Order: sequence, then C-alpha cells, then structure tokens
Amino acid sequence: MSIHVLAPGWQTSVQDGGRRGFAALGVGASGAMDDVSQRLANLLVGNAGDAAALEITLRGPRLRFDADCVVALTGAALAGLPMWRPVAVRAGTEVALGTMARGAYAYLAVAGGIGGELLLRSRSADIGGGLGRALAVGDEVPVMDDVRELHQKTLHHLLARRPDGNADNRDVFPANWSLNPKSWFDLDPHKPIDVIEGTHFTQLTDASRRRLFDAPFRIGGDSSRMGLRLRDAHLELAQSLEVISGGVVPGTMQLPPSGDPIVLMAEAPTCGGYPRIGHVVAADLPRLAQRRPGDSVRFAPVTVDTAQTRFLERERALVSLARTIKDRLQ
Amino acid sequence: MNPPRIDALGDRALLIHCGDAIDATLNAQALAIARAIQSANLAGVHDIVPAYASVCVRYDPLAWAGTTDTQAPFARLAEHLNALVDNVASGIEDEADRIEIPVAYGGEAGPDLGDVATHAGLSPAAVIDLHASVEYRVAMLGFTPGFAYLLGLVPALHCPRRATPRTRVPAGSVAIGGAQTGVSPFDTPGGWHLIGRTDLKLFDPTRDPPALLEPGMRVRFVPVERSGARLREVETPATDPSTSALRACAQGERNLQADPETK
Repeated sequence: MSIHVLAPGWQTSVQDGGRRGFAALGVGASGAMDDVSQRLANLLVGNAGDAAALEITLRGPRLRFDADCVVALTGAALAGLPMWRPVAVRAGTEVALGTMARGAYAYLAVAGGIGGELLLRSRSADIGGGLGRALAVGDEVPVMDDVRELHQKTLHHLLARRPDGNADNRDVFPANWSLNPKSWFDLDPHKPIDVIEGTHFTQLTDASRRRLFDAPFRIGGDSSRMGLRLRDAHLELAQSLEVISGGVVPGTMQLPPSGDPIVLMAEAPTCGGYPRIGHVVAADLPRLAQRRPGDSVRFAPVTVDTAQTRFLERERALVSLARTIKDRLQ
Repeated sequence: MNPPRIDALGDRALLIHCGDAIDATLNAQALAIARAIQSANLAGVHDIVPAYASVCVRYDPLAWAGTTDTQAPFARLAEHLNALVDNVASGIEDEADRIEIPVAYGGEAGPDLGDVATHAGLSPAAVIDLHASVEYRVAMLGFTPGFAYLLGLVPALHCPRRATPRTRVPAGSVAIGGAQTGVSPFDTPGGWHLIGRTDLKLFDPTRDPPALLEPGMRVRFVPVERSGARLREVETPATDPSTSALRACAQGERNLQADPETK
C-alpha cells in the first residue's frame, strides 16, 4: 500500500531511528526531532520503535491511504485524527491534519512501517545534509506490506467497532483506549532543559556562565532540523578562542561570534568549529525539539552521571511501556 | 606529544582530545586512535569520527551501563578507551590509499583562479602548478557528507575567503579558503575561491563506499590537460520519480552554519 501526499503541510518527512555508522564520512544521524513521540507512534501500531514514520512540522499534511491500515498520531496536538492511540483507516480515506497551536513536531506511524529504499541503512531524510528531502504533493509513500500482515488482527478488531461519532471522518475507527502522554510529552515552558557543561564552558565570562543557567532565551526564527538558534543570549567568552574543527553531536550547544548559541538537533553536522559551551542531554532533546520559534527556554546544569541515569531510566521505562502496549494490541 | 584527554560530549558521545592545532602529527595520532577503536569493535560504539586533532566516539549508554555497580556509562567507557589509547602506536600510515583527482583549472570551472593568483603574486599557471605539486592528506570529513578537509596546501596559496559567499557552488568545485583546500561534494553555498572543478563524484549514497575520500587517504590533483582526461558537463543528480520521495538530493541552503572554518 501507499500513502498519497495530497498536500505536504509545512514540512513532512520520513524519519526512522536515524543513520548510524557513517559519521566518519560526514553523514549525520538525522532521525526524528522528538524521538520519544516517534517511537511511541510506532509502538501504538505494533511496529518496532525505530521503524520509519512521518514527521510532521507545525502544519499537517493532507494524505490519502490506498488500503485499509492502522495508524497512530503522537506529539504536538493536531486536529484530524484522534491522537495517542491506534486508529484503523479505511482504504481511500483522506485525512487532513490541522495546524499545531503549541509544539512543533507530530508523528504519524502506520502498521508495517514506511518502506522504500534504504539510503545508507536508514530511511531518514537528512534535508540539510542532502540525503532525501521533505515530502511533496504527488509523492506516494510506500508502506511495508509484508509486515502489515501481522497487524491484520488489530485492524479487524478496530474495524468491527462503530466509527467514532465525534470524528469528522466516518472512515476512521479509533481504539477505545489511548496512551496517557503525560510522562512522555511535555510542553511546559517553565521546566528547564538539562545541559551538561561543554569543553569551553569555563572559557565564558563569569556573567555569561551565570546567564546561561539564569536567563530565559528565545528560540530564533531561523531554527530548523539542523539546530535551534537561541536569541537574546549575548554570551561572551573571556577571551577569543581558536577552536579547530572537531566532533559535534545532536544536543551540542555551540557559541558563534554573535553570542547567540546554536543547539544542534537531529540533522547536526558531524563536525563543528565553534566553542562547545554545553550539551543538551538526550532525555531532554525531545522537549527542546517541541519549542517553536518565539517560545522561551531555560537551561539547568547537570552532570554526565545524572544525565545518563535519567537516560537509562527513560529507556528502561520505554521498554516496559512497549511490552504493555504490545499486550494491549493482542 | 601529551597523552590524549577524554571529555564527555554530552551523554551519548565523548571526545578524545589530542591537541589544539591543525598539524600532520596530531592528525596522524587521531587517525591511529580512530583505527584502534574501530578494530576493538566495542559494543554500543556506533560511530568513530576522527578530526584534525581529536576523535569523537558516539555510543549507546545502555551498552555501557553496569549491572552490579553505579559507575556511569561515560566513566566506564572512558576508562576502557584510556587503556586502549595508551597502547596506540602513533605514526603516519604509509599504506594509506592514494587517489588522483583530475581537475580542470580556471575558466568557467574555476572563476576565482585569477583572484587567487593576484593575491599570491603569481601567474595563474604557477598557482595550478603549486596546487597540483603536492600530495595532500585527508585529515577528516565533515561539513557535508563526503567533504574532505585536506592537509598540505602550500602557504603561498593561502587566501582569505571571499567577502561575499556564493549562493551556489557547483558540486565538484575545487576551492581554496584560508589555509585549506577541498572539493565540494554537493551544490552548496560557499565562500571559498573556486579554482577548478573535477567530474569525480565525491559522494554517492548508493555507492559502496559512499565517499570517494576517507580519513587518512593521500590525494593529488592532476590538471586535466596533463592527465588526458576530459571534463564532462556538470551533472545534476538523477532522481528516479518512483523513489524520489526518499532518495532525491535536495541540498538547500543550511540556515545554521555550524562551522566557520569550512566554507
């Protein structure tokens, strides 16, 4: 089966668990901006967490499904489909997803996973890196039919239920249960984002070191999947610093001469030559990704040990949640 | 040479730091460390990225979380790598692959050859001779997939970047920016001086290996007149409409340039 793109929305692209193993050749990881929402969408349709799904940005696409299928929509709230639950969709159904009032990214997974050719072992578009592109009108996005067979039971179960009376679309059959996103999706602007000090943090002036963890910053309008620009920061180094190009990763906070830091995101380049003042922790990257231009953000200092403890807890909780969802889908 | 220092690069990567200079000896040390880690085939270590004077190691913390103690994954992996790095014999690898890159210098392919010549106080022919006279070494890749940072540009050819960057530099362009020279794998914006162009494809994600140049390789530029090769018209990447959604190369302008040294 295929998903036909009738309108692409602001920027919709295929994203999976990311591209590993080619960073030494200058190829970044890419993958979902909010990898937790992306994994949960997959789990809700019975896929592996790192299967390819659609990443939707700010304004949703209009899509037509050409076969009966089960989908799930997670992340920033969008009108058009009930969220955080499996939803059966009839062949030929058109779904128009709305515009996000808050947050920046949503994920649409389809049982079986998005298929198509792997590019360097991944289906993730790396738009800035020149591997793949955002979806355009007329694209037909393939879904993996061979794996879809596994999901026939869920599909028939949902189709046997009456369509949701409240839904605009009578060809959409949502499950009567949903995942409570509270522990997994958090748009609270007051809750700070954890940052590990970078190699050059100590080279900031005293005032700038304090400012990094006191002041609210504003997300700049030139932000993208490659990185978020933090406005109104005016951070300064105690003295100018020659940094030679070296490895950077998603989460790395670099300080260009303008004084407004850049936090590298999913499409981070593999190397950078600006001072590295900090690193947003992996567990908070999804929360940061959901900030949109104009939103404010605060940072809090954390040690590597604490950050890794939080990361391991999150990953173990996701494994346990995956089991719960799987049982529910049986 | 000081022993390398290991810094956390966030909670899923670390940086082995050999020094703070663009220098063939430090780079050889970084490349030797990268090769040693690669051969050790460590669980959960999925990317090893050598740079001028450092090696970035990307890892999965779950693979380094102990079951019986509370040592953090970073501390555990860093301890392991420290022992490994201590035993790395540093040295230029002479067995590295050599590659020749045919270049059409000047003219439409290298519109800035004259500017570089003027800046250097040389004739365009002398710039070509100098640029093609030395063997370069690939120090690292980055900026875009397949973009190689080369060591070895003769000081006479160092040339400050253009005041106004071009919005589009065609793929295959051979350029000089500051103390560096390189070849663009994709059409990108850029501020380097274009002195020529090659029709070799620097990066092709459907090829194995995808990058023509890899860290440590030796590179020579050969003027096409001498090699006898002819330069084809610049090709635009072919897109197969059936898979274009996932495959087309759409290199847009990167709003957030991460690296001021590069382009």
